[in-house]
Amino acid sequence: MIELNGVNKTFRIAKRQGGFSRAFRALFSREYEYIRALKNVSFTVNDGEMVGYIGPNGAGKSTTIKIMCGVLNPDGGTCNINGRTPWKNRVAHVREIGVVFGQRSQLWWDVPVVDSFELIRDIYKTDAATYKRNLDELVELLELHEILKTPARSLSLGQRMRCEIVASLLHDPKILFLDEPTIGLDAVSKLAVRQFIKRLNAERGTTVLLTTHDMQDIEALTERIILIGKGQILLDGSLTQLKAEAPKGANAEEMVAALYKEYAI
Amino acid sequence: MNLYMKFFLMHLKSQMQYKVSFFFNILGQFLVSFAVFMSLSFLFMLFDDVEGFTYQEVLIGFAVMMLGFSLGEMFGRGFDTFPRILGNGTFDRALVRPRNIIFQVLAGTMDFTRLGRAAQAVVVFVYVIPNSGVDWTLTRVMTLVLMIVCGTLLFFGLFVVYASFSFFTVEGLEFMNIFTDGGREHGRLPFSVYGENVLRFLTYVIPLALVQYYPLLFLLGRETSLLYAFAPVFALLFLIPCFVFFRFGLSRYKSTGS
Amino acid sequence: MFGLTAINFKPYRALFRIRFTNTLQYRAAAFAGLTTQFAWGFMYILAFAAFYRSNPGSFPMEFSHTVTYIWLQQAFVALFFLWFYDNSIIESVESGSIAYELVRPMDLYSRWFSITAANRVSRTLLRAIPILAIAIFLPRPFRLVLPVELMRYILFFISMALALGVVLSFSMLIYISAFYTINSMGTRIIFGVSADFLSGAYIPLPFFPDTMRFVLELLPFGSMQNMPLLIFSGHVYGVAAFRGIGIQLFWLVTLVIVGRFWMSRALKRVVAQGG
Repeated sequence: MIELNGVNKTFRIAKRQGGFSRAFRALFSREYEYIRALKNVSFTVNDGEMVGYIGPNGAGKSTTIKIMCGVLNPDGGTCNINGRTPWKNRVAHVREIGVVFGQRSQLWWDVPVVDSFELIRDIYKTDAATYKRNLDELVELLELHEILKTPARSLSLGQRMRCEIVASLLHDPKILFLDEPTIGLDAVSKLAVRQFIKRLNAERGTTVLLTTHDMQDIEALTERIILIGKGQILLDGSLTQLKAEAPKGANAEEMVAALYKEYAI
Repeated sequence: MNLYMKFFLMHLKSQMQYKVSFFFNILGQFLVSFAVFMSLSFLFMLFDDVEGFTYQEVLIGFAVMMLGFSLGEMFGRGFDTFPRILGNGTFDRALVRPRNIIFQVLAGTMDFTRLGRAAQAVVVFVYVIPNSGVDWTLTRVMTLVLMIVCGTLLFFGLFVVYASFSFFTVEGLEFMNIFTDGGREHGRLPFSVYGENVLRFLTYVIPLALVQYYPLLFLLGRETSLLYAFAPVFALLFLIPCFVFFRFGLSRYKSTGS
Repeated sequence: MFGLTAINFKPYRALFRIRFTNTLQYRAAAFAGLTTQFAWGFMYILAFAAFYRSNPGSFPMEFSHTVTYIWLQQAFVALFFLWFYDNSIIESVESGSIAYELVRPMDLYSRWFSITAANRVSRTLLRAIPILAIAIFLPRPFRLVLPVELMRYILFFISMALALGVVLSFSMLIYISAFYTINSMGTRIIFGVSADFLSGAYIPLPFFPDTMRFVLELLPFGSMQNMPLLIFSGHVYGVAAFRGIGIQLFWLVTLVIVGRFWMSRALKRVVAQGG
């Protein structure tokens, strides 16, 4: 179970000024601006739920994910995941979660992917039987037999993303965070990834929280969506509910566009 | 340790993928230290000694610093390239894995091209150990080993400090080069050559002299107290504040995310 | 007149401004760099002082000349060291994005030349002025001794500009070689270190064995940092200075011609292979 309650986060950022004379003045003094990345963010995700976390760029999605992963400490509020506070009990916490950062790889670039998997097994101290069972199953589901011996650098983006997902699931996590898992993928890979996530959730009961800009992901996967804008949770409801409110015949893309417009984000 | 070996093999495997460029890189690294060696040799063609140290005596200290630096850099490369690791998100990945953070940074990057510099140091050792006039007793051999091992760890500690600073700033990092690259570069001469103030600083603040100058005196038989033989061990105390500082930087990183 | 009006300087000036403003942004970097260079300068001087004490008669330069040489070297590190490569150029060649550069209406050799020149000059201005300003007030024997004759300043500036040209045209050859190698990192280190060493970056050329020094002075290496720094410090003067400048001019012209010729061949290859 994931419970966030009144989570706040403010960043201080040094102003970078353009122009010659300003840049020169910045040599001697510097101005900062404060950005409230998260304002009083609260939501609960139950075990086995699949949630789409959406919002425009810079809305606070990644910050929230980072807090839930234990990478970032909030300024205030509580976050309770499976009975633990991520930033207080990092090692025990991360053992139970899997994370896929869509634009960053955890695979070793120059060695066969299966070697990366084995190293990840050792990092998580996953026992041999569990590892084998998971690997066989995941490879089967994502159709990766032929590429296990290929180095990551020679994989297509879609193949690589599927391998990333495998890498994040080898240790049987209860919760999976997916940060833009379908970004840049071709149609076939997108479908494969979506289908797989769906099965994972249905068969293993893994809780899935995914951020995406692709509304077809949302439509295909999640019943529930949480919308964040300018650091605030603006909407937490079901897709059906949303559809009912939206103009007739609008697809997911148009619905979200309408939402962004409505909340002026 | 077992896991570290596995990382080690992965790095080796990766870097062996590009054999030609790996070879050229090693050669390049060799030349970097060879240039320092040559300039030292040219100076000693003009002068018989410096501050009472002959060419061969100076070379012992030079090789110790060079070898310590290259090994420290090879294994501590993750800390040496830490700003990059922070910038490209690799560090966030480490944070979501159930292992010690320092271990992960350490194991996450290794650069075997530094063997090129180490090789230069080894060549110098091969020449200088029989030719320096040192009477190699068991204690002296042990002292030399301590110099190299503790020198490696000391440079490693300096890279950790460098990495810790990068939690706070990415722009002001260059000044750490005074101690890392500077330690290697200026360590080509016994540190007493630079005068009392520098020597005092390198004894009590950044204890590079404890792995180079003082044990060198013991090797050359100019000091007989075992305190000089074991001086490198005291230098290891320096590692404590290094890691404390890293922890401090990490806690800041986790609250600012940048 | 002289064909100069035919060249449009505007794009070059704009490039220069952007680079310079970018460099200024890095405040802490500038301070850190300054501290580092003072520390290194002091350490080098202390080391040379120790050698001087051991036998003043064997010292091949006047000590104050050596001190001046070291401070100038620290001040102009970004101007004269081969080591300061422009990695963006090499990346653009290795990644193949150089193809886009070829579309621009600017000849690539001049473009690279001006980018690297701007990079070096802007970094140097930030560093050189404070270093020199402080170094002339240091107590002896650390003081940077300024020349008193106007002629020496004139010769120095001419020699400095030529040395920069030689360094740039030499590094241009290394950039062009990136068209032919897959990963030029190793080559870059090898050429960078060798050229720096041979041009007096580690120890000034007067400390080299005589025959080696004689040969190096005739090669491009002697025309890099060696010549302007020795002229300013006063070690090289009179006829020797004019001769040195003549050699510098020769190498600048030769290296530019060779570089341009080689680049046009390399580009033909790129076009033929489609990048």
